[in-house]
Amino acid sequence: MSTKISFKNVVKTYPMKEGTFTALDHVSLDIADREFVTVVGPSGCGKSTLMSMAAGLVEPTSGEVLVDGVPVPGPGPDRGVIFQQYALFPWLTVRKNVEFGLKLMELPADERRRRAEHAIELVGLSDFADALPKTLSGGMKQRCAIARAYAVNPQVLLMDEPFGALDALTRVQLQDQLLDTWSQEQRTVMFITHDVDEAVYLARRVVVMAARPGRIQQIVDVDLPYPRTEEMRLSPEFARIRNEVWHGVYHQPQAA
Amino acid sequence: MTQLSALSKTPAARREPRRSSRALTLNLIAVVIGLVVWTLLATVGVQGLPTPLQVAAKAGELIADGTLLDDALASLRRVLLGFLLGTLLAIPIGFLMGWYATARGLLEPYVQFFRTIPPLAIIPLAIVLMGIGEVPKVFVIFLASFLSSVVATFQGVVDVDKTLINAARVLGASDRTIFLKVVVPASTPFILVGMRVGLGSAWGTLVAAELIAAQEGLGFRMQQAQLYYDLSTIFVGLIAIGVLGLVMDRLLLLAERRLTNWQERR
Ligand SMILES: Nc1ncnc2c1ncn2[C@@H]1O[C@H](COP(=O)(O)OP(=O)(O)OP(=O)(O)O)[C@@H](O)[C@H]1O
Ligand SMILES: [Mg+2]
Repeated sequence: MSTKISFKNVVKTYPMKEGTFTALDHVSLDIADREFVTVVGPSGCGKSTLMSMAAGLVEPTSGEVLVDGVPVPGPGPDRGVIFQQYALFPWLTVRKNVEFGLKLMELPADERRRRAEHAIELVGLSDFADALPKTLSGGMKQRCAIARAYAVNPQVLLMDEPFGALDALTRVQLQDQLLDTWSQEQRTVMFITHDVDEAVYLARRVVVMAARPGRIQQIVDVDLPYPRTEEMRLSPEFARIRNEVWHGVYHQPQAA
Repeated sequence: MTQLSALSKTPAARREPRRSSRALTLNLIAVVIGLVVWTLLATVGVQGLPTPLQVAAKAGELIADGTLLDDALASLRRVLLGFLLGTLLAIPIGFLMGWYATARGLLEPYVQFFRTIPPLAIIPLAIVLMGIGEVPKVFVIFLASFLSSVVATFQGVVDVDKTLINAARVLGASDRTIFLKVVVPASTPFILVGMRVGLGSAWGTLVAAELIAAQEGLGFRMQQAQLYYDLSTIFVGLIAIGVLGLVMDRLLLLAERRLTNWQERR
């Protein structure tokens, strides 16, 4: 499989009052085409920063971020992003939010309508298609943001804790839906989460990061076949992998 | 849209009429008490203070001979002209300042400096430079509304949520699209608040502006009445200014509610 996203010795520092703050310290990671990778790690370890680089919103201080072998030129609709904060346009209805990206693609109106409809249905918001974001719950807002990213059908999905605000049931439903669409449409997915269970359930590889400075602690392979099922969550193999990830996240040796 | 906004409105809509009718009753009671106190003060003997009835009679007189209408129209024309010119210029300049760091660097010192000068303090300068016609009066009102709108627009653009801009950017939006489809709608609430403040200060500047040798206008009429110790006319002028100001403010508030109905209100 060819490499889709490639972080090469990526360093990100922010200037501080005294000296600099190292958010990412020489991070290297290759994500294969059509791979599903999840990223876990303590708060502030640079997960969002790493993802923003792939999105083209943040430039590395040094090192390179390549997509399809070319340095990221900036943001583009080939890489869909779902932000940690929902980032819905509050003056647009759910449907108009979802159509925002489609309009920029200059699709004919009926095609646009159809694709928006489909994405909205996928996340179960059909009854609220004409609602303004202020009338939606946190979980519904997040689903709308997901629909907006799905609608433009990007090759890469960059998802920053997309299910964090959801209740357990919706969360599981959307996880399965995400895996469903992923296996059908074979996108490359980089998915950030705090939830170790979620990380293992979704991914082929779990990237465990450590903080201060932000770096990759270890990468855990998940050798469970797709499609993933609810039974797998209860399997001993799943438990073993989850423990390994858990250990990686919560028993990190302190950095010097 | 209709179905859902109806849905989301129900709880509030059920509560609102009762609450607002209660508030209205209280408002009316307050007005009546105010009128009674005023009448008492006038009859018990504050020197020269007219009673509400005398003021009402005077108002009837001024309405009948057309003076009040002419004055009100003259004042309104000045305020609206100055206000419209001020706002029309303020919005593009505010956007420029918010969007381009260069424009901000060049314009901000002037805006911040002139903002600290009360518009009234410009009057002497305006008279010397522009004579005593309509121009200096409109100019002062223009300046008052320009300054408050320009700062509000600029602030609105600067405060646009960066994640919204990023969200548009990753969907493939160009700078132009981001400006038109994200920055403009996101800063609309700020602009409208600025316009309301601007209208308030424009209206407030009016009376003083009309002291500059006007031939008609509410401020001029009050100035004249002052010479003859005609308190009733002064009261009529004050009330007319208050009522017109209130009406204009409410109209803008209505526009604001309509245009920014998407905002989460706490
Ligand atoms: N613009 C910035 N200026 C200074 N420091 C920043 C900036 N952006 C991020 N940081 C710092 O970089 C570090 C990594 O931030 P990042 O948002 O990537 O963390 P995260 O792993 O996504 O955390 P969380 O799980 O809480 O979302 C943090 O310590 C943060 O304070
Ligand atoms: Mg984050």
